[in-house]
Amino acid sequence: MRIGDKAASFSLPDTDGQERGPDGVTVVVFTCNHCPYALAWHDRLTQVAEDYEVTFLAVNPNDAERYPRDSFDAMKERVEADGGWPYPYLRDASQEVARAYGAQTTPDVFVLDAERILCYRGAPDADHRDEGQRAVWLREALDAVLAGDEPQRPETEPVGCSIKWSR
Amino acid sequence: MRVELLWWDGCPSYPETQADLREALASEGVDAEIEMVEIESDDQARRERFPGSPTIRIDGEDVFPPEEQEPFSLTCRVYRLRDGRPSPTPDREDLRAALRRCHAHR
Repeated sequence: MRIGDKAASFSLPDTDGQERGPDGVTVVVFTCNHCPYALAWHDRLTQVAEDYEVTFLAVNPNDAERYPRDSFDAMKERVEADGGWPYPYLRDASQEVARAYGAQTTPDVFVLDAERILCYRGAPDADHRDEGQRAVWLREALDAVLAGDEPQRPETEPVGCSIKWSR
Repeated sequence: MRVELLWWDGCPSYPETQADLREALASEGVDAEIEMVEIESDDQARRERFPGSPTIRIDGEDVFPPEEQEPFSLTCRVYRLRDGRPSPTPDREDLRAALRRCHAHR
């Protein structure tokens, strides 16, 4: 999927058993439990979800057979251990959504406008080590989309663990 | 001193770790080459007792023995920085401290 393409809609179960999908301006973050990059960026992404009134969806597409820490049960345990998340954590067991979006890594961030047009795709920011970055690339993209503009930096290289595709 | 960096290409952290390791070796005055060992399959991961990428071994010993016994497999390793945050690479200070320990015990 390229910038300017219309993203596929989807409906996936979250850890509370509800079906969720894009709705209005939406951030879709492919992420997981076991990847250190996803973990390193998790708090920054959570802060973005709290700071912006948009639909924010975390999607775990990893093969749970080879990576049991990414099973649906493990996802539920993680959210519960954290005392809940301010956004839903979805299971993409068939990996169809990750394939449709062309997701490559965890994390891999996609910003859709209200018409589901892809406006940003890539990393949250430039450095997983530097909390001061505050997921600034994602914030810049959301600021632009919410203002009705196109992000000045619509695409960056996603950085993280490769998605664990089923064999 | 034999220094190995075991890595898997599904995890992009090994170049950063290689650079950190090279810098730590230089700052600690350790004259050693870094042997890069690519792990390419789960079978090889089990044979090498590879807990994830990147893994640094000195004279065959993991300088950061994993706290939890994870299955040996092709995966990315989670380290903790000194402030407790998760990281794909070891804390640079911890790396220098580990080298000092290993160097002192030789």
